[in-house]
Amino acid sequence: MTDWRFMLHQLRRNPLSMAGIIILLIFVIIALFAPLIAPPPEDHLDPYVIPRDGYSPIPQPPSGEHYFGTTEGQYDIFYGVVWGARSAFKVGIAVIGMVLIIGIILGSLAGYFGGIVDEIIMRVTDIFLAFPALILAMAIVAALGPGLNSVLIAITVVSWPSYARLVRGDILAIREEDYVEAARGVGASHLRIIARHILPNSIYPALIMASLDIGAVVLSAAALSFLGLGTPVGYADWGQMIQFARNWIVGPPGNPLAYWYTVTIPGLFILFFVLGWNLLGDAFRDILDPRLARR
Amino acid sequence: MELRAYIVRRLLLLIPVMFGVSLLIFGVVQLFPPLQRATLYIRDPKQLAHLGEVVDKYGLNDPFWEQYLAWLNQIVHGNLGWSKIVAAPVGEAILKFLPTTVELAIFATPLIILGGIFLGSKAAANKDKAIDHVSRVGAIIGWSLPTFWLGLMLLMIFYGYFSGLFPPERLSTEMNLLVNSDAFHQYTRIHTLDAILNGNIRVLGDALRHLVLPVITLTVVNLAFIMRLMRSSMLESLGKGYVLTARAKGLDERTVVNKHARRNALIPVLTISGYLFAAIVSGVVITETIFAFKGVGWLAWQSAVQLDISTVLGFAMFTAIVFVMANLVVDLLYARIDPRVRLGGRAR
Repeated sequence: MTDWRFMLHQLRRNPLSMAGIIILLIFVIIALFAPLIAPPPEDHLDPYVIPRDGYSPIPQPPSGEHYFGTTEGQYDIFYGVVWGARSAFKVGIAVIGMVLIIGIILGSLAGYFGGIVDEIIMRVTDIFLAFPALILAMAIVAALGPGLNSVLIAITVVSWPSYARLVRGDILAIREEDYVEAARGVGASHLRIIARHILPNSIYPALIMASLDIGAVVLSAAALSFLGLGTPVGYADWGQMIQFARNWIVGPPGNPLAYWYTVTIPGLFILFFVLGWNLLGDAFRDILDPRLARR
Repeated sequence: MELRAYIVRRLLLLIPVMFGVSLLIFGVVQLFPPLQRATLYIRDPKQLAHLGEVVDKYGLNDPFWEQYLAWLNQIVHGNLGWSKIVAAPVGEAILKFLPTTVELAIFATPLIILGGIFLGSKAAANKDKAIDHVSRVGAIIGWSLPTFWLGLMLLMIFYGYFSGLFPPERLSTEMNLLVNSDAFHQYTRIHTLDAILNGNIRVLGDALRHLVLPVITLTVVNLAFIMRLMRSSMLESLGKGYVLTARAKGLDERTVVNKHARRNALIPVLTISGYLFAAIVSGVVITETIFAFKGVGWLAWQSAVQLDISTVLGFAMFTAIVFVMANLVVDLLYARIDPRVRLGGRAR
């Protein structure tokens, strides 16, 4: 990729993508330094489980002890959103990693061999794409039993088809190039041609687009958690924290916004996380779009 | 005649798609151990002691293919199974929840599409000016918004702060009683439409008031996509030769944009619009859940959470039909808009 410098230049020129990069850097810092920003209490077994301060069902407003207040059941919101940043990266990176592996393998098979192989793989992707992703994911999580791993598997299962198609398209575009023909001519094996000649020359756009989808993946995971099909209760997870807030949208008479912090704060974390990726993604889309390139 | 053959062929394509989707969902269901699936067949807690017999009776331990074929056999005979959640046959259950969702789709889809087309062409016509930048940032924020969070925030403000201005659910208790009484005839069970047919202004007003927040939520999260698509499509169209020709003829800019550029730019938007309508009809789970607007999305959610397998499978079939039909309608419209498209003919 000789275009890296050009890409970086374009990114730096665009204030929106710079804003995206800054937002994401802040989240990376929060996630990396979570144990320092929100240290887990002594003898706390799993740092990803939000510590509780009592069991009262009524949320408590922000205070010196709980900077962002507590949810119902007294889970600390500050601790939850900070460690939730870690969960978000964990979910996003794991899913995109798995999806890319599946997408690259199936996409290359379809694109390289064409014919019946292509036909079968593409019809299978059609079937996955014909069904609403969220509901399929819900059924899978329900079947596997709620938990972080089920969420990862469910989102992977519903999202691989579009990446397989993306990779296939990129491969089709260069399958007939001279250097591929040359490699074939000197008797290279299919595997070698795909791995050494085709993939390195074709998948960078797909790789970039996929990694920018981390925001979308985190959004789906949060939606599943919100619907009660995500991580176990008490896990530091933004979607689940909003689920905790659901019964506290409207405060007591005379003070309707009494519990604003329960829903607003975790929601803003999701919004900014996804926004960071989308700002960056929007800039990349412009750079990668051949119709707009280098004008 | 050519057209009819084309439609028939497209409808035949439904069969493999539905076959695949059912296989997929059935495969997911097979992840459950047979004993757990057996609990879905019992009506009486006493039967719990004899779960093994239930497993044998319904062949839950049989190989995957045998179970699938048995289920398929039921489907072919028009038996989609029994929905435990609704306590009705699955087909009936879906039809019962459909009007609610259709009502949402009827109000939200035109807003999303027309709004998106309008804002998108404005942005394209003013490329790189303030309005373009603002709409771009707005679009990025719009599709970064978590639907469930937006819905809850709207409820917090318009239901909480403005004490009950735009409430959740479909109707107020009083109107709900009226609608279900003999004084009101439910033609379609789409409340706004029924209210008009009954000439009842109060029901109409109440139904509309309850529609405001879910429709806003759906519009905000979906508008951005149509808008950006329209913008890029419009920009491409504005760079074409026929636009240059039109300008060279001395036509004023508004005619060029509205007549020459926009019509061609609409084609990709049309495809997505069909898809969008299908997506909304086949269930907007989160919006329906948050606003207690109980339509097919809510039904699908409940059946997935409560493991009501026959309802999930029935829903899967329903979705496949909706999507294939939407695609078909879009393709037919294509041929109307773009004379270069010939249905079923050879590609040029």
